[in-house]
Amino acid sequence: MTTGLLTIIVLILIAIAIWQLTKIFDLSQAKADNTQVANDKDNNINGYLMMGFLMFIYVITIVCFVKWGDLPLIGNAASEHGSSVDTLMIISMILIFFVQTLTQALLHYFAFKYRGKEGRKALYYADNDKLEFIWTIIPVITLAGLILYGLFTWNEIMDVNMDDDPIVVELYAQQFNWKARYAGKDNVLGKANVRLIDLGDNPNILGLDREDAYAQDDIITQELHLPVGRKVVFKMRSQDVLHSAYMPHFRMQMNCVPGMITEFAMTPTKTTQQMRETQKITNKVRRINDIRAVKSEKLIAEGKEPLEAYEFDYLLLCNKICGASHYNMQMKVIVESQEDYDTWIAAQETFGKKK
Amino acid sequence: MSATAVHAEDHGHDDHGHHHKETFMTKYIFSQDHKMIAKQYLITGTIMGVIGIMMSIFFRMQIAWPKESFTIFEIFLGNWAPDGVLSPDKYLALVTIHGTIMVFFVLTAGLSGTFSNLLIPLQIGARDMASGFLNMVSYWLFFLSSVIMVVSLFVEGGAASSGWTIYPPLSALPQAISGSGLGMTLWLVSMAIFIASSLLGSLNYIVTVINLRTKGMSMTRLPLTIWAFFVTAIIGVVSFPVLLSAALLLIFDRSFGTSFYLSDIFIQGEVLHYQGGSPVLFEHLFWFLGHPEVYIVLLPALGITSEVIATNSRKPIFGYRAMVASILAIAFLSTIVWGHHMFISGMNPFLGSVFTFTTLLIAIPSAVKAFNYITTLWKGNLQLNPAMLFSIGLVSTFITGGLTGIILGDSTLDINVHDTYFVVAHFHLVMGISALYGMFAGVYHWFPRMFGRMMNKNLGYVHFWVTAICAYGVFFPMHFIGMAGLPRRYYTNSEFPLFDDLADVNVIITLFAIVGGAFQLVFLYNFFSSIFFGKKAPQNPWRSNTLEWTAPVEHMHGNWPGEIPHVHRWAYDYSKPGHDDDFVPQNVPMKDGEEEMHH
Repeated sequence: MTTGLLTIIVLILIAIAIWQLTKIFDLSQAKADNTQVANDKDNNINGYLMMGFLMFIYVITIVCFVKWGDLPLIGNAASEHGSSVDTLMIISMILIFFVQTLTQALLHYFAFKYRGKEGRKALYYADNDKLEFIWTIIPVITLAGLILYGLFTWNEIMDVNMDDDPIVVELYAQQFNWKARYAGKDNVLGKANVRLIDLGDNPNILGLDREDAYAQDDIITQELHLPVGRKVVFKMRSQDVLHSAYMPHFRMQMNCVPGMITEFAMTPTKTTQQMRETQKITNKVRRINDIRAVKSEKLIAEGKEPLEAYEFDYLLLCNKICGASHYNMQMKVIVESQEDYDTWIAAQETFGKKK
Repeated sequence: MSATAVHAEDHGHDDHGHHHKETFMTKYIFSQDHKMIAKQYLITGTIMGVIGIMMSIFFRMQIAWPKESFTIFEIFLGNWAPDGVLSPDKYLALVTIHGTIMVFFVLTAGLSGTFSNLLIPLQIGARDMASGFLNMVSYWLFFLSSVIMVVSLFVEGGAASSGWTIYPPLSALPQAISGSGLGMTLWLVSMAIFIASSLLGSLNYIVTVINLRTKGMSMTRLPLTIWAFFVTAIIGVVSFPVLLSAALLLIFDRSFGTSFYLSDIFIQGEVLHYQGGSPVLFEHLFWFLGHPEVYIVLLPALGITSEVIATNSRKPIFGYRAMVASILAIAFLSTIVWGHHMFISGMNPFLGSVFTFTTLLIAIPSAVKAFNYITTLWKGNLQLNPAMLFSIGLVSTFITGGLTGIILGDSTLDINVHDTYFVVAHFHLVMGISALYGMFAGVYHWFPRMFGRMMNKNLGYVHFWVTAICAYGVFFPMHFIGMAGLPRRYYTNSEFPLFDDLADVNVIITLFAIVGGAFQLVFLYNFFSSIFFGKKAPQNPWRSNTLEWTAPVEHMHGNWPGEIPHVHRWAYDYSKPGHDDDFVPQNVPMKDGEEEMHH
C-alpha cells in the first residue's frame, strides 16, 4: 500500500521535474535552428540509400523465389478447373511483377537522381493530361482483359450442376472435425437438420431425417474418398459456427454456413498415388522429411519417440476462424481409381442399416 | 458550394484569437481547441499502437516457436499463458484485439483524428473547427472507447476472440469460444462509442471544410490533404453507421434472442432456438463499412504524402486535378466493392462477378495516384527529410501491396488464397505499412507545428531505414507461405506435417517483426524527448506553402493573432518561374502579370 503511494509520489515528482526542466530549456533556447532539416550531406546519403533499398527490394524478391519459390501452389493442380486457375494466376503474377519492377525502379531511382542540392532549382511542371490519359487507359485495358478472363473462369467453376453424372457428397463441419456424407446409390442426400441430431444410444450425429427414403443409403465417414476423373458436387453444412472447406491442392474453398447449404463442384484429376509421384510433391515430401529427421534426432537424444516419416495426402482444412481448435480441424482426402473407390464405399455402413 | 469562402465567423469569446483565461483543465484536458485535440488523438493512438504491436510480437512468437514457454508471456499475458505457454483461444484473442486496435484506434482515430483536427482549420484558414465542443466530445468518446477496449482484455473469459471481423455465430455464442462472452460485449460497447466519436469528428470536418474556408480558399485551391480528409469524412459518415447497425443486430442476437444472423445451430450438445437468420447478412453489413474503412485509413495517408512530397520536392504535386479526381473515384468505388471479402462466403456467385469487376476498377485511380507521386519526384530538388523518406516509402509499399490486390480482387484467384497468409501480407503492406508510414510522415512533418520543436533527424533516418527493411522482411516472405495454402488465424502450423516446410519462413518473419517492433522505440524516444528537449523550430522549417506555417506556434485559440490570411493561389507554387524563392505561400498575392495555375 505504502509502496504504491510512494511510487505515485515519485512519478509525480519526476513529471514536475521534467516540466520545470523544459521551462528552463525553453528559456535557454534563444534562436530557432535549422540543424534538423536535411542538408546536402543528408540528401546525398539518403539518396544513395534509396538506390541501395531498390537493390534490397530486388534481392529480397529473388532470394524469396530461390529459397521458397517451390512452396506456392501454382501448377500441379489436382483438379480440372485447377489448371485454369493456375494459368490465370501465372499471368496475373507476371503482370504484377513487371509493374512492380518498373515502378519501384523509377521511384527509387528518381529519389536518388534528384536528391537535393543547394542552389539547384526543381522543374515547375504541374500536369500533363496526355500522360494522365496514357497511364489511365493502359491499366484499364490490361485489367479489363484480366477481368474478362477471370470472369469466364469463375463462371465455369461456380456453375454447380448435375451434368456429367457427379457423385454428391456433403461436407459437414463442426467444432472441431469434419464428416463426409455420401449420397449413396440414389445419389441424393437425405434431408437433414441439426434439430434432428440425436447423440443417444441410436445416434444420428448429422441430424438426418430418419423418415426420408433418400437418407437410408447415405454413408457417413471420417475420411473423404473420391474416384479420380469423376465430378463431385460438394454440399457444405455447418453444425455450429462458420467454417470453411479448404482443399488447396484442388483449388477449392467454400464456407460452411450454419443455416445454409453451400456448394462447390470439382473433378479430381490425380489419384493420391499419382500426386505423390509428381515432382513438386516429391520435393516437398523430401524437404519435410529432412526437417522431421532433424527434429527426430533431437527427440531421440531426449529419449523420446522419433517422428514418423511423412507421406503426402490430400487434406481438407478448416479455413474460417471457428474457435480454439480451428488450427487442428482437418480431414484426410484420398483420391483413388473408380474401382478402389467402389470397393471402399461398398464396405461402409449406410445410415439406414444403423437402426 | 461557393467558389469563394466567407470570412470565418468569430466564435463568441474568440475575438481575433486573443488569449482568454485558461485553466489547466480547459487547456490540456477538456480542450475545445483543435490543435490540442489533435495531440490528444495522437498520444492516445500511439499508446494503443504500442499495445497493438506488442500483441503482434507475442502471437508471432507463438507461431515461430509453437507451444514454447516464454517468461515474457508469463509477465505480460498472465492467465492467457499458463506456465508461459499461450493458450489457443487466447491466441485468437490477441489477433482479434491486435486487428481491432490497429485498424480503428491507431489508423483511423490516430491518423484521421490527429491530422484532420490539426490541419483542417489551419490549412483552410479557419479559427477552429465548426464546433469545438463536439470536437472535444468526439475525442473523449474515443478515449472512453479505448479504455473499454483495454479493459476487455482483463475480463473473465478473455477479450473478443473471433477475429477483428467478428463474424457470428462465433462472435454471438459464448459457448463457441470464451471470448464471445463479456469480452465480446465490451468490444461491441467500445466500438459503438468509437463509431459515435468518429461520426462526430467526421461531421465537424465536413462542415468546417464547406463553411469556414478563408477568403480566396476556393475548393480548387485546397491542399490535397484537405481534399483527402474531407472525402474521408464523407466516406465515414456513409459507412460507419452500417457497422453500428451490424453491431446492434449482433447485440440483439446475443442478448435478446433474435435470429438476424443465426439459424439451425447445435452446439455443446444442444440445439439452439435460433431460426431464419444468416451469418452472410452480417458479412455484408460488416464489409459495407469494412471496405470503405480501409480507404478511410489510406486516403488521409495519401493526402499527407501529396503534401510532404510536393513540399520536399520543391515542385508542384503532379496532376492536382487527377489527384482530386482519383480521391473522389476511390471514395465512390470503395462503397461498391465490399463483396470481394466474401467471394467464397456462399453468396450468389453472380455477385462475385460484379464485385470482381468493381474491385479491379478501383485499381485504376490508385495506380494513377502512384504514377503522379513518381512524376512529382522527377526533376525535383528532393529534400530527403525523414518525413519525405516515409512518404517515398509509402508509395513503394502502396505499389507492392496494391498489386497483390489485383490477385485477391479476382474471384477465381481468391478461391485458393482467401483467408491465407497471402491476404495477411496484402493488407499489412497497404495498411500496416503504407498507411502507417503516412502517419509517421505526418508526425515528422508537422511536429514543429504541433510542438514548436524539431524532431531529431538522425534518429528519424535510423527509424525509417530499419523499419523499411524489417517491413519488407516481415511481409514479403508471407506471400509465399500464403500461396502455399497456409491458413491465417492458426494458433500453430505444426499439427500436421503438410506445413512443416513453412516453419523456417515463419521464424524469419518473426525475427524481422521483433527487430522492427523494437526499433519503433527509436521513434517513441525521438517523439517524446523532442517535445521537451527538441531544438526550437523555425516558423516554417520545411519552407512550405500552406497556411498552417503562417500561424504562430505558441498555443493560441483562433490560430492567427490578427486577421486570417487571405489566399491568392493554390498550394503548390514551388520553384515557380518568376519568383526568387523556390516557394510562394498561398497567402502571397499574385505579382503583376503573374498567372495562376488554373485548377
